Order: sequence, then structure tokens, then C-alpha cells
Amino acid sequence: MSAIIYIAVMAVTTYLIRMIPFTVFRMKIRSRFVRSLLYYLPYAVLSAMTFPAIFYTTGDIISASVGTLAALILAFFDLPLIVVALCSSLTAYAVSLFL
Amino acid sequence: MKQDFIKGVRAGIPIMLGYLSVSFGFGINAVALGLTVAEAVGISLTNVTSAGQAAGITVIAASGTLLEMVLCQMVINLRYSLMGFSLSQKLSTNYSTFHRLLTSFGITDEIFAVAVSRGEPVTPAFMYGIEIVSIFGWTVGTFLGAAAGNILPRKMIASLSLMLYGMFIAIIIPPAKKNFRVLIVILMSAALSVMIKFCFPVISAGFSVIICAVVSSVICALLFPRNEEEGGDG
Repeated sequence: MSAIIYIAVMAVTTYLIRMIPFTVFRMKIRSRFVRSLLYYLPYAVLSAMTFPAIFYTTGDIISASVGTLAALILAFFDLPLIVVALCSSLTAYAVSLFL
Repeated sequence: MKQDFIKGVRAGIPIMLGYLSVSFGFGINAVALGLTVAEAVGISLTNVTSAGQAAGITVIAASGTLLEMVLCQMVINLRYSLMGFSLSQKLSTNYSTFHRLLTSFGITDEIFAVAVSRGEPVTPAFMYGIEIVSIFGWTVGTFLGAAAGNILPRKMIASLSLMLYGMFIAIIIPPAKKNFRVLIVILMSAALSVMIKFCFPVISAGFSVIICAVVSSVICALLFPRNEEEGGDG
């Protein structure tokens, strides 16, 4: 299947998800369960996407693990997203040069 | 009107710089998975979402079904529905349906956070300003990453692909530190994801994310329902 079809489906789905509540839906969500679910969902998604995939990003587990550790430490100290992302990558690169 | 647009552009500049480097990583990942530079740029320009795009290209690379793509994007990007809903409560009175249709295209985590946390009502001009510079950064970064994927040394490219995941970690760790329940949902989801990867390798990466996220969020929503008065970090 052509990548264009996938991209179109992806774009339309993502747009509708953003557009419908912003434009059409003007009622307040009351269900405590749904509100809680929506609150937890993004964290769960990001976590599932990151682990264990992050350990396979660089091609060797050692540099990826050190990069992951760097990201965890910097994120723990509330550094900005971009600083965490860059330092994690740089650390993994530095380690990979010695392997 | 013009002033609000400039305010939006100013607010968008740090977002643009952040997006440049993160989407650089996405561009590299997309090309590494076999997509063309044009396809990678097309995805960024039409989607503007890091996590959704990262999952989307794995579905494309694995020749997954379109249903898988739709479900995957729905689950991963569902947070934008909540953000769009939340943001719609803060709009200025001149915010017409036409402007809503256009500006909803660029609701991302960062743009939402910046727009919603300002003390004043959000105007269409502000949203156009912040979205245009941010989407510009996201798209240009993707192009550079996808195109430079052939120029940079292999080890450097491999390391740059860590950037997107580094950003994900930077999003989830600070709230997990403050809120024990967020930590639980993160650990549960990661544990499920590792388990699926090793015990049920037939389940594709896209569906694995959906299963892990929904199961762990439902469990945590049942175990730890949130109170209305709790804030974003609460």
C-alpha cells in the first residue's frame, strides 16, 4: 500500500481528534472515570512508546542505556524538554565512540 | 489583532526551537524505516504530533492495516481532544467556527500549555501566530533530519534518534515525581510494553502501545479516580 494513503489516514484521524471537541463539542465531561482515564492516558502512551523501544534506538544497548539514564536524571531535575533530549542523545553518542 | 499575532509568534519561538531538534530526530527515524524525505516532511506538515508520528511510521514500515493506523492515532492523540475541549473554554468571544476549524489543526501539548496558561482569553490571531512558527519549526526540522540522514556519521544518527524518546522521558518524569499515581501508570504501562515485546512478539508495536496505554490507564482510573479540584499536575 502506498505511503500516501497511510499519511492521509493519519492526518485525517489526527485532525478530527483535535477539531471535533474544539469546534463541535461544547459540553463539560462530568464522568469522573472518563476524566481520570483521559488524565492518565498520555503518560501511559508515552511510557509504552519509550520502553523498551528506547534501548534499541542506537543499535547497541550500552550506549542507549547510558543515554536513557542521562535523560531520566535530567528529567528528574525538571530540565527543559530540549535540554533533556539533546543531552540524552549526546551522552549516547559519546559512549558509542568508545564501543 | 496584529498585536495578538505578534504575541503568538513570540510565544511560539521557544516551541519552534524545541521542535526543530526533536523533529530532526523524527526525520532520521522516518528515513531509517524506509520512508522518503518528502513522505517524512508530509507527515510532519499534516500531523504535527511527535508521539503519533513516531507510532505512525512504525505502522507504515510494518505495512500494518489502516484500521491499526486509525486506532493507533486515536489512542495516542486522544489527549488532544481533552486539550481542545479545555482550550475551547478559554477562547475570546470573536472566536468563530471558521477560526476553530483552522486553528484546531495545530493543537499540540506545548501550544496548548502555553495558550491555556496565559491569563487572558485566547484570540484567533494569537493561535495563528503560535501555530505558524511552531509548525514551521516542526516541518523544517523533519526535512533537515530526513535529508541529513545521509550526510551525518552513522553513530551520530543513531544517537540523534534517541532525542524523541528523551523528550518523552522529559514529559513523563516531572509529573511522576510529584504524583505517585502518575508514576504507577507509567511503570505499569512500561512493564506491559516490555512483556508484550518479549512474550507476544506477534503483537505489532502500534497495537502494543494501544493495549498497554488503555489497560494501565483504565486500571489507574479505577484505582485512583481524580478529584475535580485537582490541577494539571495533581
